Amino acid sequence: MQKTHHSFFRGIRDELPILVGVIPFGMIYGILALEAGLSKAEAQAMSFILFAGSAQFMLVQLVDVGTPALVIILTAFIINLRHALYSASVSPYLKKLSPLWKMGLAYLLTDEAYAVAITHYENKEEKGYKHWYFLGAGLALWTSWQISTAVGVFLGAQIPSSWSLDFTLALTFIALLVPAIKDRPAVLTAFSAGITALLTAGMPYKLNLIVAAIVGISVGLWSETR
Amino acid sequence: MNSFWVIMLIAGMLTFGIRLSFILLADHWQPSERIERSLRFVPIAVLSAIIFPELIMPQGYIDVSFANLRLVAGVVAIGVAWKTKNIVWTILAGMVILLVLN
Repeated sequence: MQKTHHSFFRGIRDELPILVGVIPFGMIYGILALEAGLSKAEAQAMSFILFAGSAQFMLVQLVDVGTPALVIILTAFIINLRHALYSASVSPYLKKLSPLWKMGLAYLLTDEAYAVAITHYENKEEKGYKHWYFLGAGLALWTSWQISTAVGVFLGAQIPSSWSLDFTLALTFIALLVPAIKDRPAVLTAFSAGITALLTAGMPYKLNLIVAAIVGISVGLWSETR
Repeated sequence: MNSFWVIMLIAGMLTFGIRLSFILLADHWQPSERIERSLRFVPIAVLSAIIFPELIMPQGYIDVSFANLRLVAGVVAIGVAWKTKNIVWTILAGMVILLVLN
């Protein structure tokens, strides 16, 4: 009989590789936020309230150049719109949970937690308390985002970019993606989404991710019925 | 009272709302069979859409050559992921290739 804390700690463990790439980002964010004129409390609060890396990077730049509030809010909304896809994707698995669980996991639903959690949910050989696994992965990410922000904000510390630690994020996503590609529709989804993302890379606010995802999903559905 | 906190509060609530949207909707709304089938493609599509530009245009423009070290390291990592299905080996392989070639 597997216990909840086993699932929780496995979630933390499986999130660890991602943290290697996320921590340098958090530190850079903290430094940039101060340079943009935010106070230390404001910089940290943004990590706490938004908890959304790419949106935070964009927002501090907008604050820096004195963008009107409404534009800043709209920008945050558009950048984070892709999370609606993640919300739809995990929703069948969270149906039976209490409202508190749903809200907690929704708050933690970032790219990096989603990638790890959905892989676990879709693995039918895995048993156990998958919402605890999701919580462990999400909290591991959340905690390191808060701490790395604080290290950037209060210590001004930074990891040299020549270490290329940001590349570990792409590599982790590769490790999650490749084993999930098991049939022809999945292959076609991956290539069509990837190529679309390249062709639409010029779109602002990460909208190319949404366009690419919709193209990839449509191609996958289409090829399934053939 | 600074407008920063008003912005943060609204942006934070919107972000949370987006993330919560379908998780809450799922209680009251049964998606069509077609939408349910499409959900399995979401992680594959999103991860591919993140990975392709990271490997193929790391400098902001498309670069398919051996000079693009992230592409070389990434392709090796894809091979390792395929063979081992192991996250740690995949990351190690990719990082070692990238740092050695650098």
